[in-house]
Amino acid sequence: MLRIACPWCGARDETEFGYGGEAHVALPADAAQLSDAAWAEYLFMRSNPKGRHRERWVHTHGCRRWFNVVRDTTTERIFAVYLAGSPPAQLPDEPA
Amino acid sequence: MSQPKRTDAGGRIDRLRVLRFQFDGRRYQGYCGDTLASALLANDVHLTARSFKYHRPRGILALGAEEPNALVQLEQGAYTEPNVRATQIELYDGLIAHSQNRWPALGFDLGALNDTFSPLLPAGFYYKTFMWPASMWLRYEKAIRRMAGLGRAPCLPDPDRYDRMHAHCDVLVVGAGPAGLSAALSAARSGARVILADEQTEAGGQLLWERYDIDGHPAMAWVASVMAELAAAPEVRILARTLVSGYYDHNFVVACQRFDSPRSSAHAPRQRLWKIRAREVVLATGAVERALVFPDNDRPGIMLAGAVRGYLNRFGVTAGSRVVIATVGDDGYRTALDLASAGVAIAAVLDLRVRAAGFLPQQARARGIEVLTGQRIVATGGRMRVSAVRVQPFAGGTIREIACDLVAMSGGWIPTVHLFSQARGRLRFDARAGAFVPGEAMQPVRCAGSVQAAWLLHEALAQGFAAGGAAAQACGLEPARALELPQVSEPEATAADVALAHRGERASRRKQFVDFQADVTLADVGLAAREGYDAIEHLKRYTTAGMGVDQGKMGNANVVALLADARGEAAGTIGMSTFRPPYQPVSFSAIAGMDAGELFDPVRRTPMHEWHRRHGAVFEDAGQWKRACYYPRAGETLHASVQRECLAVRRGVGMLDASTLGKIDIQGPDAAEFLERIYCNPVRSLAPGRCRYGLMLKQDGMVFDDGVIARLAETHFLLTTTTGGAARVAAWLEEWLQTEWPMLKTYCTPVTEQYAQVAVSGPHSVELLAPLCSVDIRAMPFMSVRTGYVAGIGARIFRLSFAGGLGYEIAVPADRGYELWTTLMGAGERFDIAPYGTEAMHVLRAEKGFIIVGQETDGTVSPIDLGLDRLVRSDKFFIGQRSLARPDARRADRRQLVGLLTENPHEVLAEGTQLVAAPCTLARVAAEPVPMLGYVTSSYFSPSCGRSIALALVEAGVARIGQTLHAPLATRCVKVTLTAPRFVGDSDEVLHG
Ligand SMILES: [Zn+2]
Repeated sequence: MLRIACPWCGARDETEFGYGGEAHVALPADAAQLSDAAWAEYLFMRSNPKGRHRERWVHTHGCRRWFNVVRDTTTERIFAVYLAGSPPAQLPDEPA
Repeated sequence: MSQPKRTDAGGRIDRLRVLRFQFDGRRYQGYCGDTLASALLANDVHLTARSFKYHRPRGILALGAEEPNALVQLEQGAYTEPNVRATQIELYDGLIAHSQNRWPALGFDLGALNDTFSPLLPAGFYYKTFMWPASMWLRYEKAIRRMAGLGRAPCLPDPDRYDRMHAHCDVLVVGAGPAGLSAALSAARSGARVILADEQTEAGGQLLWERYDIDGHPAMAWVASVMAELAAAPEVRILARTLVSGYYDHNFVVACQRFDSPRSSAHAPRQRLWKIRAREVVLATGAVERALVFPDNDRPGIMLAGAVRGYLNRFGVTAGSRVVIATVGDDGYRTALDLASAGVAIAAVLDLRVRAAGFLPQQARARGIEVLTGQRIVATGGRMRVSAVRVQPFAGGTIREIACDLVAMSGGWIPTVHLFSQARGRLRFDARAGAFVPGEAMQPVRCAGSVQAAWLLHEALAQGFAAGGAAAQACGLEPARALELPQVSEPEATAADVALAHRGERASRRKQFVDFQADVTLADVGLAAREGYDAIEHLKRYTTAGMGVDQGKMGNANVVALLADARGEAAGTIGMSTFRPPYQPVSFSAIAGMDAGELFDPVRRTPMHEWHRRHGAVFEDAGQWKRACYYPRAGETLHASVQRECLAVRRGVGMLDASTLGKIDIQGPDAAEFLERIYCNPVRSLAPGRCRYGLMLKQDGMVFDDGVIARLAETHFLLTTTTGGAARVAAWLEEWLQTEWPMLKTYCTPVTEQYAQVAVSGPHSVELLAPLCSVDIRAMPFMSVRTGYVAGIGARIFRLSFAGGLGYEIAVPADRGYELWTTLMGAGERFDIAPYGTEAMHVLRAEKGFIIVGQETDGTVSPIDLGLDRLVRSDKFFIGQRSLARPDARRADRRQLVGLLTENPHEVLAEGTQLVAAPCTLARVAAEPVPMLGYVTSSYFSPSCGRSIALALVEAGVARIGQTLHAPLATRCVKVTLTAPRFVGDSDEVLHG
């Protein structure tokens, strides 16, 4: 069970949180103009990497706030926690 | 009642406290401090089990958790627990245990025919023989499961209490042997918060039975002094009888603590599950001894050498009176010397190595013990108990038979790396030790002692001190000062040759067991390798090696070594199968803890619940809510009650407790804009004081939830949701507000529990309510809301009805709900008011064709499919809009909501009944499948229509209205006509039927 540091409440057990999938997949502003294929791409396709992943979590049984986490999907190590709406966090193995 | 195999003195048992127990109906005695295994051995009982597959007689092999044979059924009736290792059961007075997997008796077991016919039962036999044809497997499986069995699960509710604790610490030390104790001590002296968990009743690990001196005194004196210091330290928690079974992510560790033996008071828990979050972990989990592979190496009386020594030194039990010892290293000599000191005859020590030099072999020879080097066991005799072994030099030569009643074998040691591996740590093959040891760690964890193949006591102590100190430092603590390693006197060790352990006799036709619990032999491993199952994970599944309840704690090492041989590769190159939690089975009761029975799930009751109960309501579960389903009068059936309640609503007045409806309060300058995006209906145009039915879609355009949007003021809305959807919808709104539209100034507050709500429905509802209301409810238009007083209680009055027809819903603060309900019931008496439940509500809404989300929808149904496209605005953005614009959303052959009328008006189809084009029965369909065109979503007998009505989702259903379809049942078929999904009109006139 992961231990996740909610930016508002501090470190809590994973059972308090809900998972929200990949972060920074914004709702297209011009959805009506998108082709069906482009809309399906937005709706269904996610990067699903083996390794570092920016993802959304919500503190369901706490402050109910959404936030973002950088987690390694293979080691479960959490590298960063940052507020929803912030620009994408740099992945640890990305060049500066 | 003597204990013939008990020594006169010695051992960590209390000879003044005699405990009585029963095994397989026979009465025995043991001492306080015994395990069931040691007490049985004290009574010269070796035969304790039948093996899993061949039903071979088996005895106690080991000393602890690694025991593969002696699994027993502990206790009886509701207290019974299957598959418990006799080596881990702390003896208590009155204990009752039974052997397992034998019929009719342990001494005479018909299942042993499997052994006789075993050439017919090679590895993979079940797969090869029974998996085809599949239908036959179903028949064989039962018989096979009965034969290849373990214990029986209890069939009565568990009467004991189980407990759970969450704990946090700086350093968790697993294992209280020499390495664990020194780790705990150095961490504690650094000021760390320490938890020390050990599965035994007392600390010491191998020091409980090995004869070492520490600082010039017997080792247990050192253990006592360390434990005294730890017990006095305020930040140290010592958990005895606590087995760590799971090591999960982020140093989350689960352990199970036993209190059941000896059975404690009725109020105390039997077991406690510990959920520990540790900043740092030190694993001092030790090692288990490796068995030797030789023909018929599983007879009762053939034991691990370390176990024999352990039973002698810890429990004062001599497991035999004439002993043959077979060893690949020093350990056999240790056992020989200790037994000889206790007066037990040593028939011979077989050293499989060619040379046996060094201190301990010399000691053995000096005591007059015969040492045979370069020899091994080629056969054993004795069915229920070993009676002799035949030995032969590896080089060949004469076979000599040696009579004995105990064989103590030692094939070296296997580090207990399970927890390290569970923690995703990599394993590394240590060629010197001939075993897998912890490699790179993936979590903050350190290992110390024999888990790292540090076999010598002074090494274990040093590693423990270092690991405990480093763990404390990693927590930001200063290393402890004045920490001196204790001085140990240890004889010089010789190197064990563990490669000799698994050799076996290739030519022998006798069984040579590798995994005792799963009954896997040397020949099985060879066969699997020859048939191409030569990757470790394949071999495991093909032979079932390592798949017993012990997960191959003892057997895996030899299996892996044999497989490497079969592939002609060096030991350690083919890897090890992955260890997964739990290290040892944990009972469901311990996992459930207090979350059982009434505490399993919270129960939510409405403020009016007590009234419903007193008036005979039958309740149904709606999520966690208890809802009144119907209110039968004396002698009334469900059907009669529901018909009466429905007619009361259609002809007079009825009252429903609608408090469970989800309610969400939305406020803020952007509330209207926000809801405009959430609902597919228009919201901004809704005037204050008005209500609208609203549909929420998911992004894929499918219906997610529905309810009423009430605009209380320009910037204030109240939404209702389905009873089950309240939390889901609130979370959905928050998600959009926080992650996509944080710029919208809106607050969402779930208020479901804050309001009690009553639906007053039927033609007399207005006459009933008007005199009680502070506002003129006759003037309220359909779908409107007013704030005022009802019977003196501040209320929101809604003019709307889910039952159709005239109706109002009154919402008051929850603590006034009971008062409102009883007042209205009293005032309604002269209208012959009837309370109605959810079942009548379902019938009433179905008559009007109103959907229930989750009944008419299943996540694949769009508003278009439901015929609700008139609600959907195409000129605005809302969630789901883009998906509804796909051509597929308007495909003519999508399943669409229709009404169904059965040919026979009294036929009420079961919900879920499937619909097809031509008449047929389910039996026919099973033989010749036909396309399913749709299925029944709701089905009732409608008293207003005087006949059955149903709703269904049918392919191209709207175009088929007026046509007939068929509903195949088991032996007959029901003809149905498709209609519009509405059976009772606006002025309650019957539309169909
Ligand atoms: Zn929080």
